[in-house]
Amino acid sequence: MALLTFRGGVHPPEHKELSNKKPIQPLTPPKLVTIPLVQHIGAPTKPVVSAGQEVKRGQLLAEPTGFVSAAVHASVSGKVLSISETVNPMGRPVPAVVIENDGRDEWIELEEDPEYLSRPPDVLKERIQRAGIVGMGGAAFPTHVKLSPPKEKPIDVVILNGAECEPYLTADHRLMVERPREIIEGLKIIMRILGVEKGYIGIENNKPDAIDRMREAAEGEPIEVVALQVKYPQGAEKMLIKAITGREVPAGGLPMDVGVVVQNVGTSYAIYEACRFGRPLIERVVTVTGRGVKEPGNFLTRVGTPIGELIEAAGGLADRAVKIVMGGPMMGFAQYSLDVPVTKGTSGVLVLSPAEYVSADSYRACIRCGRCIDACPMGLIPSMLSILSEKGFYEDTKEYNLFDCFECGTCTYVCPAKRPIVQLIRLAKMLVKR
Amino acid sequence: MAVARKEQELVVSVSPHIRSEETVARIMWTVSLSLLPAFVMGVYYFGPRAIFVTALCIVGSLFSEWLVQKMTSRPVTISDGSAFLTGLLLGMNMPATAPFYIPLVSSFVAVAIAKQLFGGLGYNIFNPALVGRAFALITWPRAMTTWIEPSAAFVGMDAKTTATPLGLLKEEGMNRLLEVFGDRITLYTQLLIGHRAGSLGEVSVIAILLGAGFLLIKRYITWHIPVSYLATVAVLAWVFGGKEGLFTGDPLVHLLSGGLMLGAWYMATDYVTCPSVRKGQILFGIGCGFLTMLIRLKAGYPEGVMFAILLMNCLTPLIDRNLKSRVFGERKEAKK
Repeated sequence: MALLTFRGGVHPPEHKELSNKKPIQPLTPPKLVTIPLVQHIGAPTKPVVSAGQEVKRGQLLAEPTGFVSAAVHASVSGKVLSISETVNPMGRPVPAVVIENDGRDEWIELEEDPEYLSRPPDVLKERIQRAGIVGMGGAAFPTHVKLSPPKEKPIDVVILNGAECEPYLTADHRLMVERPREIIEGLKIIMRILGVEKGYIGIENNKPDAIDRMREAAEGEPIEVVALQVKYPQGAEKMLIKAITGREVPAGGLPMDVGVVVQNVGTSYAIYEACRFGRPLIERVVTVTGRGVKEPGNFLTRVGTPIGELIEAAGGLADRAVKIVMGGPMMGFAQYSLDVPVTKGTSGVLVLSPAEYVSADSYRACIRCGRCIDACPMGLIPSMLSILSEKGFYEDTKEYNLFDCFECGTCTYVCPAKRPIVQLIRLAKMLVKR
Repeated sequence: MAVARKEQELVVSVSPHIRSEETVARIMWTVSLSLLPAFVMGVYYFGPRAIFVTALCIVGSLFSEWLVQKMTSRPVTISDGSAFLTGLLLGMNMPATAPFYIPLVSSFVAVAIAKQLFGGLGYNIFNPALVGRAFALITWPRAMTTWIEPSAAFVGMDAKTTATPLGLLKEEGMNRLLEVFGDRITLYTQLLIGHRAGSLGEVSVIAILLGAGFLLIKRYITWHIPVSYLATVAVLAWVFGGKEGLFTGDPLVHLLSGGLMLGAWYMATDYVTCPSVRKGQILFGIGCGFLTMLIRLKAGYPEGVMFAILLMNCLTPLIDRNLKSRVFGERKEAKK
């Protein structure tokens, strides 16, 4: 059978071999954790602890200030040193709670519930909300919001996203290999909350072991594990939905418009942990990789751990590391400091060596070769968008469906003139009136 | 501290952090390389003179690019292969007998005027090589339409002049063309191999197809423009090309002769001057085919490829503006 996929896309070198055979190792929590109080998309949170206070692992640090917001919890036990500011992985200053780890790793009292699957949907959804769970694929949108579609948008399909189409990253891959049952249980919880009968798990075909393990775990459940063609950005929500269900999310619309909810496999795991054991989201799997670190691997990491600690755990920086990226190489953010903390949305820390790094300091005029048009998964004309933005004709970019671009970077990857297309598009998005 | 020192050296830039290996220079040099078979066939049939004319075009192109970029204080880009390719294509579009000043002046017109004065690579509206050739044809009509018999150049200076197959077809008709070549099969074979009068790089259809096939496999070009162009020519030649009425024309003669193959695979597919959306490319190809046949059958010139492509180049912005790709999730009723 032909593998499912979408129109467009690219095949960058995968480099998954650096870490895809490395089992998930728990990383010893560091002496100091810096926990950003905003790790999600939505309203900010309000701190409920103060400097000097003793906190336990899993204790609420900040509560949401609205429905579209997510609680933040302590990832270690210890003393709150300060509530100050830190730089988040996107390079923006955010308030953060700094905790000195007492090394005892004492949990708050957790409510275990072996009968979680017989609880009413609202109870389960509330547990997810209380646990501060957000989308762990990178966007970090509060999960309980996604699980609360309005009545006029009936949902009939849930898809777990195990595509992990970004090169290098293997965090979701390892989680699927090592915790398949927990992921399936999480999916069953999501399906129960939404009243959906059919679940899918989409996995790119370069992870045969994950596909096998997930299929075993899904045995006897109304859940289908689907092998997808390896192609970036297969893991983008709209592309994943198109590949698996054939449905197209309307331009400017959301997956719920076609009756679909997509969750990342890591999120599903966190949902299980929250509903079964009452554990809030305070740790996640992070891939540390690239030829700029000596021993790439996958680490179960507490939120708030500085990336420098992770790099040390991966054998430290190789002699010639030029760029440190949080996330994958296509959509991740370059860092200038090793103190930046891991957040709920951090899937990887990628350290590029000179051989992997392409300088894009200079670029040329568009030669109109059309490679970006063929590659754009959204069917846009990135070349025109970039030219209009470059020349300052920002308003005209709307004629070229500016706001349908989700900034996957595919156009910029393929451009032979090395034009910063996606950056020019972002610029237009900021300057244009909607 | 080792870590602190390291931070000073980190590069911070926006995503994506990896790029494909494709570059403008690699594209230009690869396309140039793919023209080698057709060029070699030109040299085989028309002798060292073909090398001389082409070399002058290339030198003229590179020099013009360098000159304008120096004069306008812009970075010199002659190493990217783009000016080289223009010179090579221009040379291959010349008769091997062209006197030395024609390649030099027309390559200057092509690169300095049609390309650099419009802003350089990416900004030119017209295919530079074709502008250079159009200039030469209008300025030196005799020299640009005096053709020698293939292989004659090896014999010596007394090369025998002759008409191109399209010229014969236009002036004296299909029967005369068959008389000259013998029979239909010989005619087709000679046209395919390239044993005929014509511009030095356009004669060997088989060599051109070889290079074009390589570019197709490398995905440097796609089928859209060439196939729609050639199909349009074939249909129009069949319907209107015959002297005995409708549907009596010989499409193969029209497909295999003149500069059609070189034009359809190498000139009409020029990234900068053709539409970049596939739908638009098909329309562009059809337009080229229509104009080519209009000129071949009804206008003063026996060959219309050059003017057809140049005219369609004018329409490229209009086509690109109105035929966009289908946006993912676009609602059907929203379409006009």
